[in-house]
Amino acid sequence: MSATEVAPNLSKEPAAPGTPAPAGTESTVQVESPSLVDYGREYISKVRGGDMGALPAILGLLVLCVAFAILRSRFVSAINFANLFTQGAAVTVIAMGLVFVLLLGEIDLSAGFASGVCAAVMATLTAEHGQPWWVSILAGLGTGVVIGLVLGFLVARVGIPSFVVTLAAFLAFQGTVLLIIGNGGNISIRDETIVAISNKNLPTYGGWILFAVVVLGFGASQLMRSATRRRGGLQADPFSVIAVRTGALAVLAGLAVYALNLQRSRTAIVSLKGVPIVIPIILVLVVVGTYVLNRTSYGRHIYAVGGNAEAARRAGINVVRIRISCFVICSAMAAVGGIIAASRATSVDPNAGGSNTLLYAVGAAVIGGTSLFGGKGRIIDAVLGGAVVAVIDNGMGLMGYSAGTKFIVTGCVLAVAASVDALSRKRAASTGRI
Amino acid sequence: MSDHPPPGTPVLELRGVHKSFGPVEVLNGIDFAANAGEVTALVGDNGAGKSTLVKCIGGIYSMDSGAYLFKGQPVSVHLPKDAAALGIEIVYQDLALADNLDIVQNMFLGREKRGRFAALDEASMEKEAAKTLAGLSVRTVKSLRQRVASLSGGQRQTVAIAKAVLWNSTVVILDEPTAALGVAQTEQVLQLVRTLADQGLAVVLISHNMRDVIQVSDRICALYLGRVAADVRTADVTVSDVIQMITTGAPPDKKTVANGAEGDTVAASGAVAATSGGSA
Repeated sequence: MSATEVAPNLSKEPAAPGTPAPAGTESTVQVESPSLVDYGREYISKVRGGDMGALPAILGLLVLCVAFAILRSRFVSAINFANLFTQGAAVTVIAMGLVFVLLLGEIDLSAGFASGVCAAVMATLTAEHGQPWWVSILAGLGTGVVIGLVLGFLVARVGIPSFVVTLAAFLAFQGTVLLIIGNGGNISIRDETIVAISNKNLPTYGGWILFAVVVLGFGASQLMRSATRRRGGLQADPFSVIAVRTGALAVLAGLAVYALNLQRSRTAIVSLKGVPIVIPIILVLVVVGTYVLNRTSYGRHIYAVGGNAEAARRAGINVVRIRISCFVICSAMAAVGGIIAASRATSVDPNAGGSNTLLYAVGAAVIGGTSLFGGKGRIIDAVLGGAVVAVIDNGMGLMGYSAGTKFIVTGCVLAVAASVDALSRKRAASTGRI
Repeated sequence: MSDHPPPGTPVLELRGVHKSFGPVEVLNGIDFAANAGEVTALVGDNGAGKSTLVKCIGGIYSMDSGAYLFKGQPVSVHLPKDAAALGIEIVYQDLALADNLDIVQNMFLGREKRGRFAALDEASMEKEAAKTLAGLSVRTVKSLRQRVASLSGGQRQTVAIAKAVLWNSTVVILDEPTAALGVAQTEQVLQLVRTLADQGLAVVLISHNMRDVIQVSDRICALYLGRVAADVRTADVTVSDVIQMITTGAPPDKKTVANGAEGDTVAASGAVAATSGGSA
């Protein structure tokens, strides 16, 4: 009845060539574990098919670092390496929150000034009302949650496009920061705990403990997952792949901790060394965010809403609640970012969270590989993209370029990243990967 | 797949269903039954009332009047979740799969299994998905962890059907499952439809493709302008009879049955004119 290869009992169809027929496996679909080589091959075919993931960000980061290292030897100094983390931390955290909103296919243009509002609330409480640091920080975070609830309600319940809602909020929050702080004013933060967030370091042994926790934790979670799947007779990551991944992480993290533990002080009087405190903060946020997105049904539902909201609705998912919650997460993370930035500056001024903050944060998420079209993105994307943005900003500053040039370059990088996103999506559609 | 009633007994029965939208009477006293272990084809031209009937069955619309019986007991179905609770699953034409999720994630979407620390129990979901697909004799997918976007139309339809079957459903309603598929994929999905019925489920197949209907169904229920034109056993009719029922609302005339042969490809409308002339 047809000229193409039709076999009566549901035979393989041309769409899935190259797989050996699982002869005699009536009860299961397939159980074979692939080897390291298979993994490499699969990865290459994925990239070719337009699913590049974090590859552009990693390559870009390498090229930028090598270029700046050649042009300015100061770029590779211990003090500059530590600066990269403290400079990029706030944008990276805001970008992590944006990933949640971008996963829905929405945007939050107000995240920058939302971080400013939250920082201003925190600074006012600690500096002018004498509240302890934890009350101030909780109030800042609470402000973020309220902002997210309002934005999410307007987008998901009222049905205004997020672009318009958050553009309006962008202006309104800019005004809010001005009103809280006063025109031309500046609130300086003296609370030691808040200042320590961006300005103090872990002791050197603390850095190595952190290193051990991260590497062992990563390796153990991978091994456990593989073991569970193997016990269930499912395809599992082979030990070699886990070893390579964990080994690579150990080498990179080990080098970073070693470099950060070098003496950065130029004078003999003060000692300046160790892993900046923002790094464990970011690590915790990455682990929690990744767990929520990849390991919980809530995270699964976020991806489903971003991929096909109608399918999610038919599957019984409360799409409105998912949307609102993502805006809440985004604004709360913006609050964390704002607090980190305020700690670094030890003050909050009327332009807090303004200027390039939002663009850098959106840029970080997109450069890292999060799609502007929704349904695709990871928390780690924000970290990789944040690193790229921080390196550009830092490296060009060392080269002596003006802020104007830095803005132009970063804008161009964002445009390139968005093009990569759009083009790889096109390619993915033609090769069946999204 | 759980215990099903003995084959041939009606699982789902609708009697004297009326449904109007304002002055327009869309369903005018429909009697419809889906039997366990059988594929019941629901055919009819556009506007005949197929979609409305399915939406009444699925609880999306409520009937103006008429009886809704499930396994012989009268039940009230007013919401989609009422139908789902009875084990009635509808696989819609537009599939309702999320392209960015993989097969297992789609099959369990909204009903994920959880293990420790609120974490998803991926391993047991994957095992169950594999079991369900194997039970449907599906061996064409490369990996259960590939994204739905990378599947062919037939494979996607297969996943959508498997998703419906995963939940111990007793009635599966397929809305135009082969409409957008190529020849080989259509064959694959029809095989799957047959497998579902052979496992004891009551399957309702809505299709415009007469060749599919003749090939896979046990019974044909033809709607014509909101009423049942004919409810016949597939073995007793030919493609041209079915087309006659759809286009003129006339039941098949036994004398003209010899006209079309089994396995005919889609009959040209000329055949309809030839057979319908005497009885219409």
